[in-house]
Amino acid sequence: MAKHVVAAVADIPPGTRRLTQVNGRAIVVFNLGGEFFALNNRCPHRGGSLFHGKQTGLVESDGPGNYRYSRPGEIEYTKLGEIIRCPWHGWEFDIRTGQSWCDPKRVRVRQYAVSIEPGEALVQGPYVAESFPVSVENDYVVVEA
Amino acid sequence: MNIEVRQPVHGAKDSGKARVGIFDCDIHPKSSLEDLRPYLSNRWWDYLQTYGQRQRHGYVKGFPYPKSQPLASRRDSWPPGGGLPASDLDFMRQQHLDFYGIEWGIMNPLSPTGQGEQNDELSAAMAFAANEYQLEGWNRREPRLKASVVIPYENGEMSRAEIRKRTGDRRFAHVLFLSRTSELLGKRRYWPIFEAAVEAGFPIGVHVFGSSGRPMSNTGWPSFYIEEITEHSASLAASVTSLIVEGVFERHPELKIVLIEAGFAWIPSLGWRLDQNWKRMRDEVPHLRRAPSEYLREHFWVSTQPMEEAEEPDHVLDVMAWIGWDKILFASDYPHWDFDDPFVALPPSLSEERRNKIYSGNAKALYRLD
Repeated sequence: MAKHVVAAVADIPPGTRRLTQVNGRAIVVFNLGGEFFALNNRCPHRGGSLFHGKQTGLVESDGPGNYRYSRPGEIEYTKLGEIIRCPWHGWEFDIRTGQSWCDPKRVRVRQYAVSIEPGEALVQGPYVAESFPVSVENDYVVVEA
Repeated sequence: MNIEVRQPVHGAKDSGKARVGIFDCDIHPKSSLEDLRPYLSNRWWDYLQTYGQRQRHGYVKGFPYPKSQPLASRRDSWPPGGGLPASDLDFMRQQHLDFYGIEWGIMNPLSPTGQGEQNDELSAAMAFAANEYQLEGWNRREPRLKASVVIPYENGEMSRAEIRKRTGDRRFAHVLFLSRTSELLGKRRYWPIFEAAVEAGFPIGVHVFGSSGRPMSNTGWPSFYIEEITEHSASLAASVTSLIVEGVFERHPELKIVLIEAGFAWIPSLGWRLDQNWKRMRDEVPHLRRAPSEYLREHFWVSTQPMEEAEEPDHVLDVMAWIGWDKILFASDYPHWDFDDPFVALPPSLSEERRNKIYSGNAKALYRLD
């Protein structure tokens, strides 16, 4: 596994995601409030591109008729912004773990380690920055894949 | 940054297997009412602008939308240049036809087509326009896309007239029904359509959806979309039973019916139940000369999508074997959200021979293509 510089930190603001190619593999990098997570872009169910999915939360219920509302008329989500739903069949995955919500024991999206590295460390290597200019004054998102 | 998302990497992964060109029996090109305008008379265009359509759906606009995803479509199917999913031929080629190596696909337009419209004259005018637009807007530019003969199916004679107009035209693959007809499909009001289809040599495709004016279930309206989408098979099972029991296949031994987007795991149990009851009350329907399941196996084809996903994939193979390895046709349902990816949809343990039949051989034989 090599480390790859995939983006400058400023390119993936909190709450957004970015699709990158690492060794021909499509990997989607999420910024959840300053924490970065990298998942294989391919949905393990039937192969939809998770990057194109809806980033949302979980609607949960303790039983029929019991929805949780944060304010009147507003359903409360848990893990708000931390769930990615496949753009095809709508399967829900936890961005932090890659686990499927409906079938967590058997189904998960492959996850890759992410770190944030200062530019001054990167310009000396041994990182792989494919067609990506790295400058000393910025911080970068590095994916191990 | 703009990245081309889906690389055709599957070929490399499956490199041990030869892949035939895929025949996709369910593609949904999107058209607007404006697209149909050149093929509608001023009379019907003015009518539509003034009064609109009256579907068999009570005084509401139609089905509840969105369905799981916006416009019931894959979120990645909205053309980058704008417009609705599957409205842009170039993007459809890039994302679907070329990407998967689709050799040939059947267009099953769902709306606007006038099917199920209460006003028979308007229904017939819109069906004609929908057929012309499939030819001019799609098939002429992309001959891989074959058209469906859209018919005003609630009126048998008007439908017969539309089928006759298309007889001998190889740009059309089959005659299209939606499953939610106002009466069960075997009733005699629909027989002129079956007769015309047999005369023209067209199979009948029955695609789920439509407005029957009645609930999907036979016990009232469901509360949830998950019920609606699951009950398509139950709804269609009633019409399949009707087609068999009314004696349609005794009258029309050449009639071929393709069930599209209804799933198929329910079919063997329907056959078993019908046979069980036929043995007990054969004299109620003496016009049936064979066990009901024999008609079911002989006259019906099924499209794959949405494939049932069993915990044990081999259970699906058992079902396929019952239906018949010659009767299963691959379908993707592009661009809808419950799309099946041709590269991964079929159970992995299928033999090469059966895989090829499902991907193309069965459709070639049914639709008599070379």
